[in-house]
Parts: sequence; structure tokens; C-alpha cells
Amino acid sequence: MGIFQQLISDIGKLLSRYGGAYLNGILNTLLLALSATLIGCLIGFLCGILQTIPYQKNDPFLKRFFLKLIRAIIRIYVEVFRGTPMVLQAVFIYYGLPYFTNSAIRFTSVWAASLLVVSINTGAYMAESVRGGIISIDPGQTEGAKAIGMTHFQTMLHVILPQALRNIMPQIGNNYIINVKDTSVMFIISFTEFFAVHRAAVGATYLYFPSATVEMIGYLCMTLLASFLLRLMEKKMDGKSSYELINQDQLVMTAGTYNYPAGQNVERR
Amino acid sequence: MGEQILKIRHLSKAFGTNIVLKDIDFTVSKGDVTAIIGASGSGKSTLLRCINLLETPTGGEILYHGKNILDHKTNQPQYRSHVGMVFQSFNLFNNMTVLENCVIGQMKVLKKNREDAVKNAMKYLERVGMAPYIKARPRQISGGQKQRVAIARALAMEPEVLLFDEPTSALDPEMVGEVLDVMQNLAKDGMTMLVVTHEMGFAREVSNQVVFMSDGIILEEGTPEEVIGNPRHQETKDFLSRFRNVPNVQ
Ligand SMILES: Nc1ncnc2c1ncn2[C@@H]1O[C@H](COP(=O)(O)OP(=O)(O)O)[C@@H](O)[C@H]1O
Ligand SMILES: [Mg+2]
Repeated sequence: MGIFQQLISDIGKLLSRYGGAYLNGILNTLLLALSATLIGCLIGFLCGILQTIPYQKNDPFLKRFFLKLIRAIIRIYVEVFRGTPMVLQAVFIYYGLPYFTNSAIRFTSVWAASLLVVSINTGAYMAESVRGGIISIDPGQTEGAKAIGMTHFQTMLHVILPQALRNIMPQIGNNYIINVKDTSVMFIISFTEFFAVHRAAVGATYLYFPSATVEMIGYLCMTLLASFLLRLMEKKMDGKSSYELINQDQLVMTAGTYNYPAGQNVERR
Repeated sequence: MGEQILKIRHLSKAFGTNIVLKDIDFTVSKGDVTAIIGASGSGKSTLLRCINLLETPTGGEILYHGKNILDHKTNQPQYRSHVGMVFQSFNLFNNMTVLENCVIGQMKVLKKNREDAVKNAMKYLERVGMAPYIKARPRQISGGQKQRVAIARALAMEPEVLLFDEPTSALDPEMVGEVLDVMQNLAKDGMTMLVVTHEMGFAREVSNQVVFMSDGIILEEGTPEEVIGNPRHQETKDFLSRFRNVPNVQ
């Protein structure tokens, strides 16, 4: 029997016994990575927005004090969670909470604990990305918005954040892909994600290489799908690469409505 | 001239120890077209930016219909919506189409409903000749077109005064005319405008008041005939001599 036929038959054996488990692992990994990335992005945006609230020397003392305090707290949060391994953070939080509260507070599900750890970890990375995304937007955009009377909040919401979000889409994608892979360390608090299935399967069958092959293919599928969807979203955010010229007769009919009939297509770089 | 809209009194501005504006005094009445000229670095932009509070002046008063907008009670965003600004670098919102650029302020600041805002935006976009381009994004149109959209965006807010900071300085020469045309038409229709410009032809033909700035002070002000045609100060003469060979617009 050829070596590849051997591999295929081994994988077949694995899948017939553990197929459901692998699938369940993939599902858990995907769900955890996706929801943690989303929550992490929310945390990141919140931190990024709070950090970039401007203040001036002649603002009231309390306002300056609070803004500085917020910046300091976020700084510490970012440094601590970026600067320590996630596997340790998981242990620290999962076992630390009952330890300190004399078991009064403990996690009832490893799901909740894993989601918390991965989310705040992602949040720490995203906080920096969002801050960078915000300060990289041309100050002229803010001035244009202020000049027509928008408040700081409106300027952020309608002008700056959409552009910052577009610019950090690649980083969000990175974070998601890192999360798909790095959630594997959650085995430490016995979360059964995709990699945990591998450990269980080879423990019983000793089919190390075939199982690793299944895992490799599984992880690649999850990340490639993500890359593809991300590209699609980026394209959508960029809008059409060409626009339609609207000619005047049509304007008379349609001014005030939103479905301007298609005119001539103009292509421009 | 009509009623006074803006009265600038003893206005000063310093960045740290660098005093950029000193004791600026002048008045803008309804329908005035004021050209602000002067060498680069003389404080022209800072003056405009102080007037719509993009910079906080360090002294003096800005009276808007007699009320000092520099006191703490002023609702700054609301005041800014009455004083439009057109920038050298356009500053159109890159994440929006031409139409959205002109609609967003009306909806969010003036709280108009979408239909009215679109109708009004179209009115001004037609006026600047950009109505066919409503679906384009800023990156897809030329500099002159961007600046015309920026003017329409400012007009859509229906401001009482419109400030222009070197609106044609970032444009290729062949696009300067289309923007100056739009501005000249606005002036003809009675729009109150404050224009920082190096287009001496425009200053001479279109404005009714010229302010010459030098090192943070107003060295000379008066009618275009007085300041440009017959400058009193040597410095003004020297400055203007650099524009001698620039022909008048139209
Ligand atoms: N944000 C700022 N911080 C410090 N100095 C500034 C700032 N903006 C302008 N200046 C200084 O103020 C002076 C006047 O600048 P500006 O008003 O831009 O002149 P103009 O528009 O007439 O060329 C310059 O010397 C410039 O360096
Ligand atoms: Mg300037």
C-alpha cells in the first residue's frame, strides 16, 4: 500500500471515530475566535475613543484629570495584557478568582472564562490599533467636520471612526486569525476547541501524523475563509471604483429621491 | 453696507511664546467681500481659524451680532454652523460620496430630515456645477471639483459668512478659474465672504474690502483701489510688486 493511501485510510479511520468531535472542535474554535474578536474590537474601539478625547490647557481641572486617569488606566491594561502570555492569563483568571474570593466567585463554564480571556486579550491589541487608526486620519477631516458645526462625538461617529475602521480592517483580520490559532491554549482550563480534539484522538489511537494533517487542513480552512470574507468586506467599504454621471434631465425628475437612474459610467483612478 | 455681522476687536493669538496675531481689529458687514492678503506666515490662516474657533484666541473679542463668542457660554458647534469654512486642502469627507458630504451636516447639525437635506444639497451642488457627480467619492474627482463640492458643502449649511483659506492654492493652474468663477458668482449674489487669497485679480475685482497683513498685524486696510491700487506702506508695495505680472481674472 502506498504511503498516501495509508495516510488516507488512517484519516478515514480517525474521521469515522472522531469526525463529530473534530467538527465540534472546529465549531467551538470558530465561535470563540469570532465572538472574542468582535468583543475585543468593541473594547478596542472604546479604549481608542476614550484615549483620543482631546483636552486643552484651559479645560476645567476635573475634565483634564479624568481624561488623564482614563488614559493611564488604558495604558496599564494594554501593557499588562499584551505583555503576558494568554495561557497564563487564563490560569490566572480562571483559578485566581475562586482563590481570592474563597470560591465565592468562580466560573461556572469554561466557555465564559475563555471568552473573557481571549476578548480582553484581543481588546488590548485592538486598543492600540484603533488609537493608531484614529490618529492616522488626516486632521483636515476633523477640521472639515468641525467647520460645519459637528460636535466631537458626531465627528468621531460619522467621519473619523468609519475611516479608522476601514484602515484597521487588516489588523482585525490578523487578530481573528491569531485567535483561531491561539485559542488552542485554552486547553489549560479544559476548553474543548479544535486542538484539544487532536490531543484526545492521538491519545487513544497514536495516529499522530494523520490527526495533525486533519488539524492543519482544518485550521487552514478556517483562516482562509476569514481572509476571503475580509477582502470582500474591505471592497464593500471602499465603494465602487467607478461612478455614474447623473445628467441634468434625470435630476429634475429625481432630485429628492435616492434612486438616481444610471447614467454614463465614468472610470477614474 | 448692511448690518454688522462680525466685529473683531483687539484679537490676539500666541502659540506658546510665538505671538502670531497682535491687536487685530476689523469689521465684516452683510454682503462684504473681504480679501485678506499678505506674505506667507503673516497670520492669515490663523486669523480665519480664530474666527471660526478652530483655534482659541488668546486675547480680544469676536463679536457675532454684538455677542462675544469667546466667552464660555458660547455653543461652539452651533456658532461654527453659521460661519462656513472652505480650506486650501478641501477636507472633504473621504468616506462619503459627494452628495453625502453635503447632506451629513444638515442632518446631524441642523437636524433636517433626509429628504429636505438632499433637496437642499442638490440645489447648491447644481449651483457649483457638481450635480452630475453626486455619486462620486472625493478620491475620484479633480482638485477643482473637490473645492467646488467643498463650497457646496459649506453653502448647504446656509451660513451667514463664508471663510475661504487660500481656496485655489492647492489647485493646478487650469482649475483655478472654475473655483474663482463660483466664488465670484457667490459674491454677486450677496454672500458675505472673507477670503485669504494670493489671487490679486480676484481681490481687486471682486472684493470691496482688502486687508493687508504683515507679521500678525493689519498693516493696511481699505478698498481694493486704496490697498492694491495705491498702497501707502513700502511693505505693501513690495508685496504687491511680486504679483505685478499676474493678470486680472476675466
Ligand atoms: N498650530 C501652530 N502651532 C505653532 N505655530 C503655529 C501654528 N499655526 C501657525 N503657527 C505659526 O503662526 C504663524 C502664522 O501662520 P499662518 O497663520 O499659517 O500664516 P499664513 O496663513 O499667513 O501663511 C507662522 O509663523 C506659523 O509658524
Ligand atoms: Mg495660510
